[in-house]
Amino acid sequence: MIVAEQKPIKEVWEMVKDYEKVLVIGCKGCVTVCNVGGAKEVGVLASLLRIAANKNGKTMEVGEATLERQCDPEYIEEVRDIIGEYDAVVSIACGVGPQFLSERYPQSRIFPGLNTKFMGGAIEHGVWSERCAGCGTCVVHYFGGLCPIARCSKSLLNGPCGGSSGGKCEISKEVDCIWDLIVRKLMEQGRLDELRQFRPPKDWTTARDGGPRTMIREELVK
Amino acid sequence: MNDFVPQIVAFYCSNCASAAADVAEGLKKELPNNIKIINVPCTGRIEILHLLKAFEKGADGVYVAGCQEDSCRYTSGIIKAKKRVEYVKKLLEELEIEPQRIEVFSMSASRGQEFADTGAKMIERIRSLGPSPART
Amino acid sequence: MSEYKSGSNLEKVLKAGHFAFTGECGPPQGANVEKLKEKAQHLKGMVDAVNVTDNQTAVVRMSSWAASLILLQEGLEPNFQMVCRDRNRLAIQSDILGVYSHGIRNMLCLSGDHQKFGNHPQAKNVYDIDSMQLIHAVKTMRDEGVFLNGEKIDVPPRLFIGAACNPFADPFEFRVYRLAKKIDAGADFIQTQCIYNMDKFREFMKRVVDMGLHEKCYILAGVTPMKSIGMARYMAKQVPGMDVPDSLIKRLQGAGKGKVAEEGIKFALEQIEEFKEMEGVAGVHLMAIEWEHRVPEIAERAGMLPRPKL
Repeated sequence: MIVAEQKPIKEVWEMVKDYEKVLVIGCKGCVTVCNVGGAKEVGVLASLLRIAANKNGKTMEVGEATLERQCDPEYIEEVRDIIGEYDAVVSIACGVGPQFLSERYPQSRIFPGLNTKFMGGAIEHGVWSERCAGCGTCVVHYFGGLCPIARCSKSLLNGPCGGSSGGKCEISKEVDCIWDLIVRKLMEQGRLDELRQFRPPKDWTTARDGGPRTMIREELVK
Repeated sequence: MNDFVPQIVAFYCSNCASAAADVAEGLKKELPNNIKIINVPCTGRIEILHLLKAFEKGADGVYVAGCQEDSCRYTSGIIKAKKRVEYVKKLLEELEIEPQRIEVFSMSASRGQEFADTGAKMIERIRSLGPSPART
Repeated sequence: MSEYKSGSNLEKVLKAGHFAFTGECGPPQGANVEKLKEKAQHLKGMVDAVNVTDNQTAVVRMSSWAASLILLQEGLEPNFQMVCRDRNRLAIQSDILGVYSHGIRNMLCLSGDHQKFGNHPQAKNVYDIDSMQLIHAVKTMRDEGVFLNGEKIDVPPRLFIGAACNPFADPFEFRVYRLAKKIDAGADFIQTQCIYNMDKFREFMKRVVDMGLHEKCYILAGVTPMKSIGMARYMAKQVPGMDVPDSLIKRLQGAGKGKVAEEGIKFALEQIEEFKEMEGVAGVHLMAIEWEHRVPEIAERAGMLPRPKL
């Protein structure tokens, strides 16, 4: 899923403090799963904004809505009838949400309520970890199913570097050295020969480096 | 400030804190009526939003009274509650509202005195802080 | 065609079978050319080539190619270092052409320390290619005369290709294979991380020799004399992938006040003596960090002088 975190409430407040009617819009997709942008969190953010308004002596009406997904025009349509009533909108979806809203409702002021972090998953309740860098050409099978592009601090394809120590990355003792895990896994499986192969420079054209990406599947286009 | 009567919302666990309230009643130690008590089956089910709503609606202080950590009826309810209260403290701080306005206490079912003292302690604390800046 | 790959002094020294001795010089944090020249003067005639670091520890300094050129003008042979952190493959290849055009003949290929530790932790890193791929690129440019995209180079750069090796990083069992990979990718010489744990290094070199890697590549053992107990502790605790045994720290502590630096030098000299005899070791790379002025003394006492003139 796409993992995001709540922006500091102070930052959100600064964005919307001069508006009288604010709509908070959540998303039932990834950000609901990672407990940061679902109906519950819409309620919390709306309540916090009301508290902030009270505290700062402002009159603010805060509306709440949660869409099936904010990355789909079909669901973005669902707020068409109400969005015009608000002076400002806070989207608590990943970075796609505020953009789809902005594109669909060019007259509205749309603000992001979240910071989108990465593509990953929950390794335990309340702890998420990055797994994919969206490079556009998956190569995890060369590395024991572990991605060095997303998970090595230097995205090395021929690691581990000289900073790997005790299974940890040189940048922090909190960060696992993914190359340590790759090497140990493949050595245990007797697949050392695969690691001894030189991995040539990656073709980054399929990644963001090739420019903003669009994907077209002709068989699905109406 | 003397005439300030703090409005306090208290979430009580039915298994321990409310039982303590019953004991207190027997001891004729009732809480003042400016503490609004909400009984909940387990403090672990009190959401962040419940706590915030109290402040949004004008409470000057909020507290949660639940089990002891080692004798929680539902194992970890009070631990969850403590984490959530801690989180709300952070949110209040970000809004420049005193985090001491919210607190969590562990109680034993048999201690009526503790029940009464907690209420008094919270009233005293909030009285010294004054009205909530988020009160309309 | 010359019998040499690059014709650098370092290559000639190694090929002639001499025990090589290389030094290191960190460019200034500014445009203080005089300071750089002063450092260089201490090293002149004392070493076969001088590594010029490339924004080491991710701290901004005068660019390694520019400082390398100044060293060249001062009559020293630079070993131009390049990290993959700050350049993509376009900049990497154009810098290689640039330094070669100005007479630089040695290059050390590195991934580079992560910027998180440096003085611009907010920076975006590049890591378009890694050190292994950089080694391979320099070799392909030199031996096949083509760029990374396969296009022909009009006068290819002929560099003596260096790579780093840290026998003390984990996982230890894989380190010798990674070294082999660097050699296969095109490394002509290797400079190791600073060695303090001699037992571990002996074990490492045994594996290197067993695999015959020393016959395919020149291995220079890294030596950094400890200047103080504080430095030893810092190296032990703060520098990832550095192995400083407690016994060494105790030895330095035992030296007594005012004598720690001398003890550090003594340890380094003992190391150098052992490396001279150690199978598979072709030389020493002396990284006297901000201690360039002590290099002549160390070189003298290590019996490294005079350096061969080829």
